Amino acid sequence: MLLRHTPMEVVERKALTINPAKTCQPIGAMYAALGIHGCLPHSHGSQGCCAYHRSTLARHYKEPVMAATSSFTEGASVFGGQANLVQAIDNIFTVYQPEVIAVHTTCLSETIGDDIPQIARKAEADGKVPAGKYVIHANTPSYVGSHVTGFAAMTRAMVDYFARSGEARLDQINIIPGYVEPSDMEEIQHLTAAMGLHTVMFPDTSNVLNGPQTGRFEMYPRGGVRIERLVTIGASRATVALGPAASAPAARALDRKCKVPCHILDLPIGLQATDRFIDTLRTVAGVTVPESINIERGRLLDLITDMHQVFHGKKVALAGDPDQLIALAEFMVAIDMQPIHVVTGTPGKEFETRIDQLTRNAPHPVQVRAAGDLFLLHQWIKNEPVDLLIGNTYLKYVARDEDIPLVRFGFPILDRVGHQYFPTVGYRGGLRLLEKVLNALLDREDRDAPEERFELVI
Amino acid sequence: MSAPEPSVECPEPIAESTDPNELKQEIIGRYPTKVARKRAKQIVVNRGSESCEANEISANVRTTPGLITQRGCSYAGCKGVVLGPTRDIVNITHGPIGCGFYSWLTRRNQTRPEGPEAANYMTYCFSTDMQEENIVFGGEKKLRAAIQEAYDLFKPKAISIFATCPVGLIGDDVHAVAREMKDKLGINVFGFSCEGYKGVSQSAGHHIANNGLFRHVVGSDDTVTPGRFRINLLGEYNIGGDAFEIERILESCGITLVATFSGNSSYDQFATSHTADLNTIMCHRSINYVAEMMEEKFGIPWTKVNFIGGAATAKSLRKIAQYFDDPELTARVEQVIAAELPAVEAVRDQVKPRCAGKTAMLFVGGSRAHHYQELFKEIGMRVVAAGYEFAHRDDYEGRRVLPGLKVDADSRNIEELKVEPDPDRYRPRKRPEELERLKSAGFRFKDYDGMMADMAADTLVVDDISQHETERLIETYRPAIFCAGIKEKYAVQKMGIPLKQLHSYDSGGPYAGFRGAVNFYREIDRLVNSKVWSYLQAPWQKNPELTAKYGCD
Repeated sequence: MLLRHTPMEVVERKALTINPAKTCQPIGAMYAALGIHGCLPHSHGSQGCCAYHRSTLARHYKEPVMAATSSFTEGASVFGGQANLVQAIDNIFTVYQPEVIAVHTTCLSETIGDDIPQIARKAEADGKVPAGKYVIHANTPSYVGSHVTGFAAMTRAMVDYFARSGEARLDQINIIPGYVEPSDMEEIQHLTAAMGLHTVMFPDTSNVLNGPQTGRFEMYPRGGVRIERLVTIGASRATVALGPAASAPAARALDRKCKVPCHILDLPIGLQATDRFIDTLRTVAGVTVPESINIERGRLLDLITDMHQVFHGKKVALAGDPDQLIALAEFMVAIDMQPIHVVTGTPGKEFETRIDQLTRNAPHPVQVRAAGDLFLLHQWIKNEPVDLLIGNTYLKYVARDEDIPLVRFGFPILDRVGHQYFPTVGYRGGLRLLEKVLNALLDREDRDAPEERFELVI
Repeated sequence: MSAPEPSVECPEPIAESTDPNELKQEIIGRYPTKVARKRAKQIVVNRGSESCEANEISANVRTTPGLITQRGCSYAGCKGVVLGPTRDIVNITHGPIGCGFYSWLTRRNQTRPEGPEAANYMTYCFSTDMQEENIVFGGEKKLRAAIQEAYDLFKPKAISIFATCPVGLIGDDVHAVAREMKDKLGINVFGFSCEGYKGVSQSAGHHIANNGLFRHVVGSDDTVTPGRFRINLLGEYNIGGDAFEIERILESCGITLVATFSGNSSYDQFATSHTADLNTIMCHRSINYVAEMMEEKFGIPWTKVNFIGGAATAKSLRKIAQYFDDPELTARVEQVIAAELPAVEAVRDQVKPRCAGKTAMLFVGGSRAHHYQELFKEIGMRVVAAGYEFAHRDDYEGRRVLPGLKVDADSRNIEELKVEPDPDRYRPRKRPEELERLKSAGFRFKDYDGMMADMAADTLVVDDISQHETERLIETYRPAIFCAGIKEKYAVQKMGIPLKQLHSYDSGGPYAGFRGAVNFYREIDRLVNSKVWSYLQAPWQKNPELTAKYGCD
């Protein structure tokens, strides 16, 4: 057994996290910053942070992940990181020529109290920031929140630094897609385009972290929201923010700063959450839903009704990020699957409340934990087995030990590809997700069926 | 940069027509003046072994902020590299969640517990997940509680604690907590002050790990593993199963492996490692400190070995046999070499015609960028540029430069343990006349010639290479293969050049020993001769002219 020391008996732990279901803020900030076109993320701290984040993102996306670091030494840790950051800004603009450097802090620079705006002003005063280029920042101490809140902080920084109130409202809607994959961002754009909407999506990592093989390395790939578009978000008619944990801070900040009304929705994963997204777009923009979207919805529903017998009553354990799991739990309940263990690492009571509400009428008790870990989830599973696991790659150890099928979903996925290219949001994403769930369940059924009950047709 | 030729053949390297000195000037010309001056000392045009002038490179110096480095941190070197492969120690990261999370199972260290019930914590990640209140009010209390919880759950043989950046700043004393919990629990508990900002790279973390293992574990158990020829293997981390292959070979030679630091290791191996009669060093950079200290305290000599490549493996085995100077061992080693080498040579000969003349670059680690050059040479490939991520000057220029090395402020912060001969257990393994005889027969103790001596004249040696330098080297030389790590992999591959990861081996390995050499030859053959790199241009990009119009009006 790979997790041979995990006991069945659950003893509450107060101090020790085992097999975390989250990671730290800076990586989320780095990911969000990659969703600005021409942006080089910069990690203000020890160089190990930057190396770890780049490695993890590169393993997850199988794509180049460029980012720089202040490379703190002991001296910088004692005297402050100003000299390092000013030098980094100079070097980055000189050598790599980005449009914008997006600085995020780390536990180190936060603990010593470096003031990034002050340092950026110093760099500017010293002539290290070329005209028309930007240095933006987000405070992302690793000892607060999780990678999800780090993403939220850098997304919010885009509002704080770039949004300007317009004289007149522009005929466009802001979309904050949440901490989702580049493929999901493309799918959201597909839906808004199908509805004929003009949108500004930020951040947008499509065509950054799912780029083509061309024989050329582009330091700043084609994708990413353009600065000139970000500047206009303050004049948009409305903001539709997907995923409260990842997107609400930016949406609310924009509302406060430029009076752009915001609609904070769940991530459009599954039938109902996507319905709400489409319906919100429809009412906010005053457009009709095109037939093409009705067809996409109909196909998802068709699969659900055709295959309901497979989904019905199947118990599932979910681990991942709060926005994803809330939508996913609703989706599972909607198709009569039973999410019975739900763990996210990102702290926050709201998550537990939402999962409780969504599963209130479930025929089975549901265990949920916000500040949980995969060790706890594994123990729950030992006590109350499930038919399916949905979560990131680390769950493969649980899957193998307990002989339970796993659908890889969330972050990070280090041992499979697909999430870069194929979405799980929207109706088409729902189809892909259910196809994966079905394959996992049916492959298991085929594997375990006695010969006389081995079926050709389902 | 232009798109590469759509041919299956690798583009001809243009090294011959490129003046490496001009390229160097062009590369550093992009930098601000001060940076250019610094990098000029870290980029060296190799003089070659025939030259009477010695090479000199600046290494183990601070990373220049903003240049986009390959390097990681001290914590990564300590917890990730050296202690990462230890399976029966509960390794607790004291800090915010990230450090523990990123170093969780990501290095491909394999391990084989003694049985289904034996301890194996490598699949687990343990962290105190420090929160803001722990930063403000101190985290020792939480650390103490975490150690207690880990003990209650797992009853491990040992628990170690790794300090992350904020721990040192807020003044948590991981060593005091470790001592206290050691007394309380009655098991070995020890800490490492491997905060990420220590030193200038992972290298500082290696040193800190060496010190901690030496101080807290090595020599704590005098049980002698039976065997006539008893050695330790230092600096082998069992990435992709390398240590398994070396274990297999040593066993078939009748050589007893007391301890490996730290691939496929166990706590007891470390504890009894001082009873071995020879320390053999694979990765000089990461582990030479332990070898030095074991020699001083226990009298165990050390020698550099290299199990990367069939010939190198044979040479290393002969070296071990020469040390023990036993006819039976010598004969058995020769038998093993004779039995194993033909299979290696057969694959080498198959692969060589397809690879010969192609070029490679290696920018990785602190020893592999050197060790793997031999494998490339064996299949006729030329290394046109190489460098380390976190090595010191001795790894480039050889240990002869050590006496003259200046200790800078960053290195001074890493503790140097004062080691003296153990009053009871110091035991010279060889009499002075035996040592002399070995030396005069060409046996070299505690020596390493470094990378540069093995590189051709006019090749480029670059320390702590930046992204900018990587791109310029590739654009200029268009090597058939580039060896580095995951952060470099996909950028290099987007340029149409295959990248082989020499940290993690991608999903491959083992590459050490005889079978490893076979795997590596085949892997390089696959990479440099694959047709998948030939599809970069679509037919309409190759021939964009139209011959007819249809439906376009």
